Amino acid sequence: MYGWLWRHLPGPTAVRVVLLVALAAAVVVVCFAWVFPAIAPYMPFNDTTVGE
Amino acid sequence: MSTQEEQTSEVAPPPRQSRGARAFFGTIGVLGEILITLGVLLFGFLVWQLWWTDVQGNREQEAIVRELPRHSVPTPEPEATETGPIVATPRRDAPPVMAEPAHAETFATIQVPRWDGEPERPISEGTDKAGVLDKLGVGHYVGTAMPGDVGNFAIAAHRTTYAKPFNRIEELKVGDAVVIRTATGDGGPGTDTWYVYRVTSSRVVYPKQTEVIAPVPGEPGAVPTERMITMTTCHPMFSARQRYIVHGVLDYWAPVADGTPAELLEGAS
Repeated sequence: MYGWLWRHLPGPTAVRVVLLVALAAAVVVVCFAWVFPAIAPYMPFNDTTVGE
Repeated sequence: MSTQEEQTSEVAPPPRQSRGARAFFGTIGVLGEILITLGVLLFGFLVWQLWWTDVQGNREQEAIVRELPRHSVPTPEPEATETGPIVATPRRDAPPVMAEPAHAETFATIQVPRWDGEPERPISEGTDKAGVLDKLGVGHYVGTAMPGDVGNFAIAAHRTTYAKPFNRIEELKVGDAVVIRTATGDGGPGTDTWYVYRVTSSRVVYPKQTEVIAPVPGEPGAVPTERMITMTTCHPMFSARQRYIVHGVLDYWAPVADGTPAELLEGAS
């Protein structure tokens, strides 16, 4: 998977490292902004109210 | 023939991998990479839930309190001989009570002197997580009394995430002040008013025990005579198995125009 990604990234090693870091940062941003807020309601430790 | 068979049945790998073995080990490798990735993402979720929601929540709630329309607390005249802020005179007659606002509307703030260092938190109408508790801080149970009213002013907030307004709820002791300040809202009765409650008890209950937010806590259906406050949050920390409950009763009230409650000034001076 990551080997495949590495082989398909363009440019010399330095450029590939920069691209990988950028990709990882993009994944973190997407997770923090959309993915994690979407799954948080299903987590079992955030209920603070009585009832229901 | 016999040696060949022996070799495939033994655990020792063949000197050169066959196509099937390569595909097998390739799949194992990808599977391992996926599992490691999932582990890293899970750690990322913890970082987000336990740290980032606090960063974001504190920033948002601070902005809500700052932009909340309300009268400012009077400050002494520059020529006045007295120094320091004006202390509000406690009033123990029947306090004015504001009307219940629309869902997700921020109508008051809460300050607890015992929680030294904690900021003033906004209180908004409703207790649903998506609309109120995850974004606006403290939520008011719909249908329960408003601040100062006879009955039970019941509020809920997160304890470990989303800026965790009630993180230090276990530090509260009997007699501690819980100070509610209403915003200007529609300008009607009960707006721009201080309500100072005193903690009377704390307990741990199960989530189904809704009687803790009844007008008379613990006695659903009873006619209330006291002006109560009830705070609910999760318990134990990082779990939703039980709820931590703090009850309090109104000590006094005062218009914001009269000054600041002495309870809020003790820590500052």
